[in-house]
Amino acid sequence: MEEIKLRIKDLSVFFGKKQVLHQVNLNIPANKVTAIIGPSGCGKSTLLRSINRMNDFFEDVRIEGEIIFDGNNIYAEGVDPVTVRRRIGMVFQTPNPFPKSIFENVAYGLRIQGWKNKKAIEEQVVKSLQAAALWDEVKDRLHSSAFDLSGGQQQRLCIARAIAVEPEILLMDEPASALDPIATARVEELIRSLIKKYTIVLVTHNMQEAARASDYTAFLLLGKLIEFGPTNQIFTNPQKKETEDYLTGRFG
Amino acid sequence: MIEENNLKRRYLVQNIWFTIFWLSMILIAVVLGSILYFIFSRGVKVINWEFLTAAPRRGMTEGGIFPAIVGTLYLVLGSIVVSLPLGVFSAIYLTEYASPRHPALRAIRTAIHCLAGVPSVVFGLFGLAVFVKIFGFGVSVLSGSLTLGIMSLPVVITSVEEALKAVPLSFREASLALGANKWTTIWRVVLPSSLPGILTGLILSIGRVAGETAPIMFTAAVFYTRGLPQSPFDPVMALPYHIYGLITEGTRPDKQIPLAYGTAVVLILLVIAVDFIAIYWRGRARRSRKW
Amino acid sequence: MVVLFGEGWPVFAHVSLSQFLLGKRWYPTSSPPQFGALPLILGSLLVTGGGLLFAVPLGLFAGIFLAEVCPPRGREVLKPIVELLADIPSVIYGFFGVVVIAPLIRNFLSLSTGLTAFTASLILGIMAVPSIVSVIEDAITSIPRSYREASLALGATHWETLHRVVLPAASSGIGAAIILGAGRIIGETMAVLMVAGGAPVIPRSFFQPVRTLTATIAVEMGEASVGSPHYHALFSLAIILFLFTLILNILVENLIPEGRRRVR
Repeated sequence: MEEIKLRIKDLSVFFGKKQVLHQVNLNIPANKVTAIIGPSGCGKSTLLRSINRMNDFFEDVRIEGEIIFDGNNIYAEGVDPVTVRRRIGMVFQTPNPFPKSIFENVAYGLRIQGWKNKKAIEEQVVKSLQAAALWDEVKDRLHSSAFDLSGGQQQRLCIARAIAVEPEILLMDEPASALDPIATARVEELIRSLIKKYTIVLVTHNMQEAARASDYTAFLLLGKLIEFGPTNQIFTNPQKKETEDYLTGRFG
Repeated sequence: MIEENNLKRRYLVQNIWFTIFWLSMILIAVVLGSILYFIFSRGVKVINWEFLTAAPRRGMTEGGIFPAIVGTLYLVLGSIVVSLPLGVFSAIYLTEYASPRHPALRAIRTAIHCLAGVPSVVFGLFGLAVFVKIFGFGVSVLSGSLTLGIMSLPVVITSVEEALKAVPLSFREASLALGANKWTTIWRVVLPSSLPGILTGLILSIGRVAGETAPIMFTAAVFYTRGLPQSPFDPVMALPYHIYGLITEGTRPDKQIPLAYGTAVVLILLVIAVDFIAIYWRGRARRSRKW
Repeated sequence: MVVLFGEGWPVFAHVSLSQFLLGKRWYPTSSPPQFGALPLILGSLLVTGGGLLFAVPLGLFAGIFLAEVCPPRGREVLKPIVELLADIPSVIYGFFGVVVIAPLIRNFLSLSTGLTAFTASLILGIMAVPSIVSVIEDAITSIPRSYREASLALGATHWETLHRVVLPAASSGIGAAIILGAGRIIGETMAVLMVAGGAPVIPRSFFQPVRTLTATIAVEMGEASVGSPHYHALFSLAIILFLFTLILNILVENLIPEGRRRVR
């Protein structure tokens, strides 16, 4: 068994009176891609956002259970969500670059961290853009607006921005859902190349994408974790009836 | 490796700024609150039945403000008579008939926006030159209403436009598909659906008209009239102008300033009441809107 | 517009354009009358600048507070109140200035009169704050949520997100709010008429009485006989005022994208 990067223990999430997640238990292996699949409204985005405490911003949200990261519960008292988010990065469903230049988008996290050395920032930006497979396309126009890029390029820019601050885990919330097939393929390729350095959790509603890009797959239904295992096992030989029904397209 | 050793300092900076924001809001609340409190605490004592229903007496040192209340109401009503039809028809033309890409339309919109920013005293001069002098209406309710009506046109047009645009295209298409012509569609489908929005805009403009002083100084208002106006060609008293008059033209400040407080309270309450109606109406329209 | 120019133009039969704009003396009733509008223009600009000095920092901070820092329940209460305060007639502010602020300032600074440019700026600043707050709040809340989330997910604090992403993105709206505030102050008549004092001389200090374009029109129109040079001169002042506000409005037009504009 591989090293475990993150342990989710009995995680329940409530929005007001509505319970969105029911006692989810999940171990995320290090340096692998773990896909979370399930029909829309099953709580997969909520689960993802719990991992870097992005749910904190919703009103009357209540979170029970633990998420153990590096031996510490990120929901323990005294843990600062800002630190958690620096170490657990996130890429969103629709590309959301800042209204700044390409360079400044990637440098943003570094400046927040208080980096002052121009040379060091430049090196890190170049490194991140290279890792995000975007460098060749933008190296001649680093200082033009990020909005001049195509959708797929913008999403890779957002990935570069996320990895610039060297997080340990990268959360991706349907990163290819707003992209065309060619851009999707490039993003998936990129995801595979990133696992050497990062642990990736990928939410997707697209089963082919989960099959192509992930090592492990978790199936979520109505806020409950139904099944978790290696991707090829889940897709070829599911243990639970609900998983099989979902995969064969009987609902969702 | 990147480490968060500076996190404490970052939170300190945040706390300092957020404290500044809190204090600014508190300062504003205290200043505006104390202005209102000050005026109300002095003004409420003056207000009684006589104050609201009697005319000023003894060189405006005693008596009430009834003619000013009536005058302001006349002016508000008069300005609605001017601005509502004009505003609604212009807005209908702009949203429903004019082709959206026409350069003239953009120019007209810009002109309307600019008109909204023109100082009210300039409208006052305009009214003086055109209605009082050229048309010969004199200093009268009619001149004042026309001036105020034209002044509030930009606000009315813009809010009616917004209300019309909020009506979904599908409503129009459904009506047109049933064989109704364009005007019938607008009259029977679009206008009724946008009525709450139109009314809200209208009420907001009422609040503004009621409080304006500068445009009526030369067109409608006088410090004192013997009775209520008998015709649209008579001048009137008005609440804001009455306050101004009591403060600046007074001969007996000790007796007149309390009256000014009372008048101020009445005017503020009038404007607030009008705003409340608008806010309530807007809220109700939003809740009951099913599309 | 045509009317303004039609009625304003004839004054230049009596005085040249440069004399009108740059002349330092405004004595319309002396003989021969002198129509130098410079003191009035400077008076307007001084009072507007001073008013913005009070209103902009306060309005900006409070607008940010309302949009970002205030708990949502507080915002639901405060926002309508702020909009309500923006509708309070200016004559009320002028009245308060005359009976409360002016005596305070006179006693506090031992001046001969409390009706000064400073008093006017203060009152106009207070008056303009609610509308500035309201427009700035709109500008900030219209910034897409996705910007905030991206920044927060990178480990930025709330303030860093606000300062480095949200406020820069809202800067054109904020600029528009400030210009709208300036337009409101420069066009304000009643409050300034009541508290600014009214001496048509070039102001040398913040604590002197001044006379603005608007106040001059309001005060003197009653006395000027129709068709006299004085009457036309006042229309010319209105043209200057109109041009000022036109410039401000064109600036706003270019700052706010089509369809985001609210007339107030």
